[in-house]
Amino acid sequence: MANVITDETIEYVGILAKLALSKEEKEQAKKDMNRMLDYIDKLAELDTTGIEPMSHVFPIQNVFREDIVTNSDQSENTLKNAPGTKDNMFMVPKTFE
Amino acid sequence: MEILAYSAVELSAAIKEGKVTAVEAMEAVLAQIDERENTVNAYVTIDREQARKAAAITQEKIEKGELTGLLAGVPVAIKDNLCTEKMRTTCSSRILENFVPTFSAEAVINLQKAGAVMIGKTNMDEFAMGSTTETSAYGVTRNPWNINHVPGGSSGGSAAAVAAKECYFALGSDTGGSIRQPASFCGVVGMKPTYGTVSRYGLIAYGSSLDQIGPLTKNVTDCAAVLEVIASHDPKDTTSIKRKDTNFTAALVDDVRGMRIGIPRDYFEEGIDVEVKDAVLAAAKVLAAEGAIVEEFDLSLVPYAIPTYYTIAAAEASSNLERFDGIKYGYRAASFEGLHDMYKKTRSEGFGAEVKRRIMLGSFVLSSGYYDAYYLKALKVKAMIKKAFDEAFVKYDLILSPVAPTTAPKLGESLLDPLKMYLGDIYTISVNLAGLPGISLPCGTDSKGLPIGLQLIADSFQEKKLIQAAYTYEQVCNKEMR
Repeated sequence: MANVITDETIEYVGILAKLALSKEEKEQAKKDMNRMLDYIDKLAELDTTGIEPMSHVFPIQNVFREDIVTNSDQSENTLKNAPGTKDNMFMVPKTFE
Repeated sequence: MEILAYSAVELSAAIKEGKVTAVEAMEAVLAQIDERENTVNAYVTIDREQARKAAAITQEKIEKGELTGLLAGVPVAIKDNLCTEKMRTTCSSRILENFVPTFSAEAVINLQKAGAVMIGKTNMDEFAMGSTTETSAYGVTRNPWNINHVPGGSSGGSAAAVAAKECYFALGSDTGGSIRQPASFCGVVGMKPTYGTVSRYGLIAYGSSLDQIGPLTKNVTDCAAVLEVIASHDPKDTTSIKRKDTNFTAALVDDVRGMRIGIPRDYFEEGIDVEVKDAVLAAAKVLAAEGAIVEEFDLSLVPYAIPTYYTIAAAEASSNLERFDGIKYGYRAASFEGLHDMYKKTRSEGFGAEVKRRIMLGSFVLSSGYYDAYYLKALKVKAMIKKAFDEAFVKYDLILSPVAPTTAPKLGESLLDPLKMYLGDIYTISVNLAGLPGISLPCGTDSKGLPIGLQLIADSFQEKKLIQAAYTYEQVCNKEMR
């Protein structure tokens, strides 16, 4: 299966990935992705009927604990690396007028 | 004995015996850094002041008998994707240029409790994506054996720092070979433990289902000692496993008699450098001469490991790296119009080319319409690969293989063709997919004088078998050298 990643696909993936690529980057991304996908298509050779997808190698269980606060207020630390803060909150650009 | 020539465990013993102090060891390392760092560039950040202070405090504690462990007083380098309180942690990315964590990774805390003294943070491929340490935003690291060659990656700074004696040991992380391959290229020992053995708390995630922290050391004894310290059950990492058998130094036994070792025939068929092949098979002969039962077998599915890995790793990376959005920490673009434009500009300016490439691929394979054909398919093949290893470990205690098909490539050669670079991970990545432990140790040099690595792989939770076989092999090599 030869992959043809279109300009529209690159635009769409760019939105999903939250990346603003330059024109050159888009062209390169198209080439890279086509090549990688052609390679990944090798997996289609394998018959995987009836095989359970394995997200973790060991059986993973939920780890529960009692709903008791064990840590102290970390808000100061949490905000320490933020590019913008105000009144003990993250500052973000205006999202609506 | 020259102070830098000690291994980590030897140094700690010498400090306890009063032959040297932790402060002298730190001074020796800092002097070595002054001499080598200009060419090697193994570190992104070094805090000399803090390192000296910590060494002095540690020395006092050792003298008072408060610190008695195998690593007390030993200077250590930490890969720059492990959070370190009050020390800048960049992941070798521009997006985290100014990030100073307010907490330390659990593995780092375990080391510090044991008395190891942090020197600084080592260079790596940006967000651990790469096999050469050339994708770092802070310059390339050079291989101490030959500065025109790469140290491997992504834990290239850690491996180079150990090889150049700019530290006594280092921590790295391994998602697809990122500890074992640079260890191999730099002629040091590196181990990726069974998934869940070392807490990932404080490790900046790349591929969460594959990432595991491990040691890079001068020899197998140090490797076992470091692993013993960093392995712990941590409720802060839900995939952390409660293990009782973490006394890894107990496995430092010079004996492989009766050990069954399988060599995957399919690892030696194509693409492997003949000098690497010969050195690895010669190592197998050494183990056979020591009494191991060595035979060839067919592992199967080998050509499918790389496409499976890059699908899963890219998918997880695209999700994990969404957190870098210019709001909570790190870089924020200077000018933008509104929230979404800020996200996009911040990320586009903050991430390098390889990271963007993998985020794009990952976003694509997870997108509706392609999820089943790519991501889900890869998870199914992962199950098949795990089963192939399960079957092998019914017959064998260990699998023996090369670490990489070649020795360290020249600087600047690998990034020209990313796919070709990915193919170099062929022997290491299936170990991550199957969650297994694997060790890389030196087994000779090629005609260019570059180190060749031997990989041993064991079934889950069988690190002790790895350590025992690696130790036995190392003992033979040491005898030959004498």
